[in-house]
Amino acid sequence: MTAQRTAPLAHGDVEPDPPGAQGAPEVPGDDAASRPLVAAQGLSVALAGRTVLRGIDFSVSPGEIVTVVGPNGSGKSTLLRALIGAVAPADGRVVRRAGLRVGYVPQMLRIDATLPLTVSRFLSLPRRRSAVETAEALAAAGLPDLHARQMTELSGGQFQRVLLARALLDSPELLLLDEPTQGLDQPGSAAFYRRIAAVREETGCAVVMVSHELHVVMSASDRVICLNGHVCCEGAPAHVASAPEYRALFGTGTGGALALYRHDHDHSHDDDHTRSNDPDHDPWDVAARRHPDNPASPTRGQG
Amino acid sequence: MLDDFLVRAALAGVGTALAAAPLGCFVVWRRMAFFGDATAHATLLGVALALALDISIFAGAAALALIVGLTVDRMAGPRLSGDTALGVLSHASLAAGLVAVSFLSGVPVDLSGYLFGDILAVSRTDLAVIWGGAAGVLTLIAWRWSALLTATVAEDLAIASGLSPERDRTILTVTLAVAIAVAIKAVGVLLIAALLVIPAAAARAVARTPEGMAALAIVIGCASALAGLQASLTFDTPAGPSMVCAAAAVFAVSRGAAALREALG
Repeated sequence: MTAQRTAPLAHGDVEPDPPGAQGAPEVPGDDAASRPLVAAQGLSVALAGRTVLRGIDFSVSPGEIVTVVGPNGSGKSTLLRALIGAVAPADGRVVRRAGLRVGYVPQMLRIDATLPLTVSRFLSLPRRRSAVETAEALAAAGLPDLHARQMTELSGGQFQRVLLARALLDSPELLLLDEPTQGLDQPGSAAFYRRIAAVREETGCAVVMVSHELHVVMSASDRVICLNGHVCCEGAPAHVASAPEYRALFGTGTGGALALYRHDHDHSHDDDHTRSNDPDHDPWDVAARRHPDNPASPTRGQG
Repeated sequence: MLDDFLVRAALAGVGTALAAAPLGCFVVWRRMAFFGDATAHATLLGVALALALDISIFAGAAALALIVGLTVDRMAGPRLSGDTALGVLSHASLAAGLVAVSFLSGVPVDLSGYLFGDILAVSRTDLAVIWGGAAGVLTLIAWRWSALLTATVAEDLAIASGLSPERDRTILTVTLAVAIAVAIKAVGVLLIAALLVIPAAAARAVARTPEGMAALAIVIGCASALAGLQASLTFDTPAGPSMVCAAAAVFAVSRGAAALREALG
């Protein structure tokens, strides 16, 4: 009936076809190893009539780790969802390399209590995996053999690693992680990011992750994108951390936390000490890891 | 053998349970119980239209269930949080169906048969429709099982795997419409949703995998149909409601056992 005719719209304007499809005209082949795996070109996305992303130009090269930072509501998750084709562009487009294998870890996945689901069954969604494959993926994600456990019985850290294990099963060329350490304590998220860095070393896959915890992911990131509806600034982590657009969004206090890892910033330590008593000025402080609100008007970024 | 009305009734009950139980699992997992209710109630209007137009009751009921199902599906999101909208639709369509039936002058209508089912009066043609519908539902669900399950866990995971959750949701709505239409004869429009939800809910307490839950829901559904039929003969009670009562009893025992197991260990 009519509904079935509208079904192909599910993938919106995202090009090219889903993994496994043949021939994408825009990106012919694997002749250029440095060619982007996925690229957003002038991408704008509107959700429920509100423009969430405007004019995003963004691409991911093979093997690089890109971290997307930005305040709440800045469109970070929407950008990842546009890259996998879950939201259709209002303008511009997303171009994926033909046959690109993507591993995706969504934000805050909840499994309904009415759904009985063992770890190994979850790993076999949507395709059946052998016991050897699932055991290898669990090991690659840094987990013991939990295959018979119920998903709802896992701890937060185990759950996130099972999501990672599932994302790794397709030997992805691109891993997309949406705040994968949400709900983990600091040692837990540090261990998670070390695992991500190790996975990149072992498999050479590219990684795009959304994170609030720039100070933790920084050492592993090749590139940082600061997002606030548009790309405010981007570049090497140290460059972004010192960029005025970034500081306008996150406050100068960030420099103090970053200095724990990188000591090459021009900032005043005295200033940091006085500010550190006020959590609002140090979003990366342990006591206030989630920045409570957008401290600066986005218009201060250069657009 | 099919000459015996009891044999026909038993076959109709089992066929209905076969179609309803695995679908009921998705209804439970996706929190669509109210959605099932609304589509089931809408079928009464389809029955009235079918009687007025002198077409197959099954076709009329399935068409209305499909229209309401797809409309609600497009209005709300995948998880159907539009609780109030469904409440309005569910009872409005039931009332509209009752009003429409009252307009059917000249046609003798056994209203309670459509509301509560009339499984003891199942004909050979009804049996063919029920088993044909059940076979169609089971085939479609088995074909899309893994994709539907992935989308039930998270639609974005399904999309990232190259699936189309929207298309699969439409398939689920279509199979629900067919299952509801074939279940009218057995339990009637008021109790169809119970046949979807109760066996699945009873199976949840014991199952460890989605497939285990669906298989167990089928067993519980079929056993409840047969037990309800037996009870109906023994105590001279209405067959459809007796089947639902039997399923509810299994649910109570299963939840009780689960609670006991939890308390002990």
